[in-house]
Amino acid sequence: MKRLSGFYLLAIAVAALPFIFPDNYFVTVVGVSAGLHAILAVSLNLLMGYAGQISLGHAAFFGMGAYTSAILTTRYGWNPWPTILVGAAFTGVVAYLVARPILKLKGHYLAMATLGLGIIVHIVIVQMGWLTGGPDGLGSIPSLSIFGWEVDSDERWYIVIGTLLMLVVWLALNIIDSRSGRALRGLHGSEVAAEMMGIDTAATKTGVFVLAALIASVAGSIFAHQQAFVSPDSFSFFFSIELVTMVVLGGMASTYGAVLGAIILTFLPELLVVFEDYEVMIFGGILMGMMIFLPQGLFIGLQELLRKLTRPKKTPATPVAEKKESSHGAA
Amino acid sequence: MFDQILQFLLTGITVGSTYALVGLGFAIIYNASDVVNFSQGEFVMIGGMSAVALSAGDTGLPLWAAAIGAVLITMLVGMALQRFAIAPARGASVVTTIIITIGASIFLRGVALLVWGKDLFALPHFSGEEPIQIGNATILPQSLWVMGGAAALVMGAQYFFNHTTLGKAILACSCNKTAAHLVGINVGIMLLVAYGMSAALGAMAGILVAPITFSSYDTGVMLGLKGFSAAILGGMGNPMGAVAGGLLLGLIESLSAGLISSGYKDAIGFIILLLVLFFRPSGLFGKASVDRV
Amino acid sequence: MALLDVKDLTISFGGVTAIADLHFEVPESQVYAVIGPNGAGKTTLFNMLSGIYKPNEGSIRFQGKEIVGRRPHQVAKMGVSRTFQNLQMFFNMSVLDNVKVGCHLRTHSHLWSAALRLPNILKEERQSQAWAREALIFCGLEAYIDQPADALPYGVLKRVEIARALAAQPKLLLMDEPAAGLNDTETVEMRELIRRISKTGISVLLVEHNMGLVMQVSDRILVIDYGSRLAEGLPEEIQNNPKVIEAYLGGEVQYAV
Ligand SMILES: Nc1ncnc2c1ncn2[C@@H]1O[C@H](COP(=O)(O)OP(=O)(O)OP(=O)(O)O)[C@@H](O)[C@H]1O
Ligand SMILES: [Mg+2]
Repeated sequence: MKRLSGFYLLAIAVAALPFIFPDNYFVTVVGVSAGLHAILAVSLNLLMGYAGQISLGHAAFFGMGAYTSAILTTRYGWNPWPTILVGAAFTGVVAYLVARPILKLKGHYLAMATLGLGIIVHIVIVQMGWLTGGPDGLGSIPSLSIFGWEVDSDERWYIVIGTLLMLVVWLALNIIDSRSGRALRGLHGSEVAAEMMGIDTAATKTGVFVLAALIASVAGSIFAHQQAFVSPDSFSFFFSIELVTMVVLGGMASTYGAVLGAIILTFLPELLVVFEDYEVMIFGGILMGMMIFLPQGLFIGLQELLRKLTRPKKTPATPVAEKKESSHGAA
Repeated sequence: MFDQILQFLLTGITVGSTYALVGLGFAIIYNASDVVNFSQGEFVMIGGMSAVALSAGDTGLPLWAAAIGAVLITMLVGMALQRFAIAPARGASVVTTIIITIGASIFLRGVALLVWGKDLFALPHFSGEEPIQIGNATILPQSLWVMGGAAALVMGAQYFFNHTTLGKAILACSCNKTAAHLVGINVGIMLLVAYGMSAALGAMAGILVAPITFSSYDTGVMLGLKGFSAAILGGMGNPMGAVAGGLLLGLIESLSAGLISSGYKDAIGFIILLLVLFFRPSGLFGKASVDRV
Repeated sequence: MALLDVKDLTISFGGVTAIADLHFEVPESQVYAVIGPNGAGKTTLFNMLSGIYKPNEGSIRFQGKEIVGRRPHQVAKMGVSRTFQNLQMFFNMSVLDNVKVGCHLRTHSHLWSAALRLPNILKEERQSQAWAREALIFCGLEAYIDQPADALPYGVLKRVEIARALAAQPKLLLMDEPAAGLNDTETVEMRELIRRISKTGISVLLVEHNMGLVMQVSDRILVIDYGSRLAEGLPEEIQNNPKVIEAYLGGEVQYAV
């Protein structure tokens, strides 16, 4: 019960929002895109926050799912549902094939390799115009229908994506608190020690990489059906960086943090629109400022703030271990 | 065919020289502070744009003065970045610092957008636009400026790090902060110098190529990526490796654009980079790292 | 048959030969110590025994099976566990979770069943919880069970590492300098812990600079110097071996008991 209390709170909030703010653009339109971002951030956080493997190319898997669905439905007339599965299968296989060699790399080399992977996928999407529509993208992607219930309004998309988000959050929470989740966190903490405890670190990294890719792919397919249109811009390396930012901003190794980061980073530009020409500059400034002052991320930052406010000062803790290997972070 | 390849090589070396300078900037900052500075490309943009701005119009400065001014402005930006964004976040994890520098690059781009708008700008060519014949290939005089300028800067940096006290001190900072402090090196100032130098290199790259490639507020993004690729290809933390990586990347891109497909040239560059990393996980000239336990 | 049988073991890094042609046998259910001056190659030896380094030559047989060529997690599966000279804690987890990772080999759920939290997961969680607690209590750490690892003193962490290794139920436990950095009381506790571990039937291979501790707990001792075997035998034999005395006194003043 306690393990999932945050989950129930989140579920209640997601369910209540449309009733508190009916017909609100920020809930049904921006909210839907925040939901998709949150799904992506939660999946990336499994890989990055928990397993400590940085990826600057997550948008590629999102794009692969989206384009598989877009191509199969518009060019070959498929029903949307199987395209989600085919997209996930395709993305999963690609992720599996690249995972081993890529995840052997560490730190900045891993960052570079995943960045490169994302850019390569983006270029392929742009260049294979005969299939993908090139830079113009593909339109008229059909919407989803669930047993005759057409997902054809913003409200209905909110329900679908809200449900999917809660499902993904639930999966992530389950994983973290299990043998496999501890293996992930262990290899982040110390790769040799994890190996020595019998964890096949290479296989574990591959597993979480593929899992994160699968989730991203499904999110991509849903995105394609929801937008009814896809173009390469949505899957550029900027978006990958944005996803990483969501995870770090919310707080690495916290599922709720990832959700929070996604929500903030989705709403922030919407709010900054009023600043017009200053928008980009202010966005960059806020990003820098938050990371400088809350390097642990907002979620932990806020938690600590709450703790300080609600509890009287405690005596200083036991002396800290003299050495903390630089195993935190992604290096 | 041979003439064509010669042409691609010349283009490749020109482009590669720019990448090399940006890569060198990455390597210097990485060496001094273990930070991968994703706003490195922005230095190039600021250098190019401010040179254009300073020399523009009837009241503009002569080119050489505008160039010096632009380098100084960019150095100031670089040092401010160190002082106000990187230094306060000391001890933050690698990813956090990466995000800070990305935030900084967005910020700088936002400022550039405010100041200069979205237009493209070009600097006049330094010495005419009459192409020079080499065999059956041609080369712009400006490309020679780029190559020569890059070569001079690289040699200067090489000399600086190997033969001057200041240069050696900067490298010492990265090896061991405490020890550096003990032998009387002021780590804070060294870091400022490193960021200033790195910014200056970026700015000079920006000024050298501005007549050929034009600049706009967002030219830094791609150059930053290429510079990072160059530094990784050569092996992070090895300045001359970054230079070699940059040249190699320029050549690969130009050859694949000419011989295979210009649309895929960036992809081919990255594919080769990935292949190199698969076989040499620390880049071409990087030292393999072993986890000692 | 010996539990561990090391033959002709050699490894070099660049030009430095860290272990040269080393051979020794560790009998079942004993505390077997490996000593030698700083840089003698003890940690390197452990790294080869646990599959982290691959020797250039030689063989390491554990219960008759070859270790060389296996990856560390495969070696762990054979029943070898270890602690590290430089702490290798999972600082991003609680003490309990650290030790639960030690139960990895005794549990079997997968990512996919964990994601859906199938019923077997609950049972497995309860089981590893119990095992981890047991190991923690065995090491005298019940007070720290729910603490985050990054808030604990060094001496406690050393024992958490041991608890984590024990949670794997190894047949052979490699301990790399368990008493380094401990104060006198903690060292005594460590001695008792090593004895208790040995009593449960687990064989212990011990690297340690504290000679007092080594002499008190070891059944046999191997001395290496510059990667080569200098002497081997019972503690009394080693103590009186002139070659050993010279290696230590000639080098550093580490023979303080
Ligand atoms: N990965 C490596 N690369 C290069 N040299 C290494 C490596 N690992 C160990 N060495 C070298 O092998 C030699 C033995 O080192 P080792 O750490 O095994 O000594 P030790 O006996 O454990 O010393 P101590 O008592 O100080 O822990 C040293 O010269 C060390 O520098
Ligand atoms: Mg050692």
